[in-house]
Amino acid sequence: MADIAFLLIAFFLVTTTMYQDKGIQLQLPPVAETKLVRQKNLCSVWINDRDEIAFLEDGDLRRVQLDQLRSEVERRLKENEKLIISLKAQRAASYRTFVDVLDELKLAGATRISIAEPER
Amino acid sequence: MAISRTRFRRKAKVGSVIPTASMADISFLLLVFFMVSTVFVRYRGIPVNLPTAEKIEKIEMRRHIAHVWIDKSGAIMIDDKVLALDQVATVLHARVLADRRLIVSIKADGDAQFGLLSDLLQELRRVEALRVNFATERERGGE
Repeated sequence: MADIAFLLIAFFLVTTTMYQDKGIQLQLPPVAETKLVRQKNLCSVWINDRDEIAFLEDGDLRRVQLDQLRSEVERRLKENEKLIISLKAQRAASYRTFVDVLDELKLAGATRISIAEPER
Repeated sequence: MAISRTRFRRKAKVGSVIPTASMADISFLLLVFFMVSTVFVRYRGIPVNLPTAEKIEKIEMRRHIAHVWIDKSGAIMIDDKVLALDQVATVLHARVLADRRLIVSIKADGDAQFGLLSDLLQELRRVEALRVNFATERERGGE
């Protein structure tokens, strides 16, 4: 009895993978849902095809380095807690940069993140 | 130093026995634990260099995950099948209908282009697979 049980244990021990999937969670909005957002509650973060990051403010882009992004976003969130961050990347931007930026936004405490569709 | 050593010597012998009556119980307990916690890895996917991030969350519900792999060249793969973007939507739509709590775990290479990812996200929105997880490795030196 115990032998069989141990045999089975050994089998499950070997086949069990304790690897857990991990990553950045995001809830997408449904297609039908388009909300109008006031300009003052919106903060646009752009990524271009050379993986440079910039804030879009008052119609012009201001470049920002990845390591400064977090404090910049934190400052803006402190000023306006209803701030929605719109992340817009060009199609040729790399996924790595996108994840880095998303990570920084999450670290800064941003909960309202919107991913804008890039232009064709 | 007149005390003789024999004073401290004992003659009584204690037999040592390991109780094995509960052995089967313990082994079955372990067996049940491993049976419950085992999830068989069904698909290996394609080798990708996942990007790194600090603020990552674990997916608790392992049985409700659909994995989507995207490699450097932009090939999309679900369950060991390379699919085109519109097929991906069809496959995932069926999965979402079968399981409303489905989380789509996107395992994309860090060098993949964002454009493709964006297309995929739009497709996911269209088929109402709204819970997404961008799979990443834990950033070293972070936390």
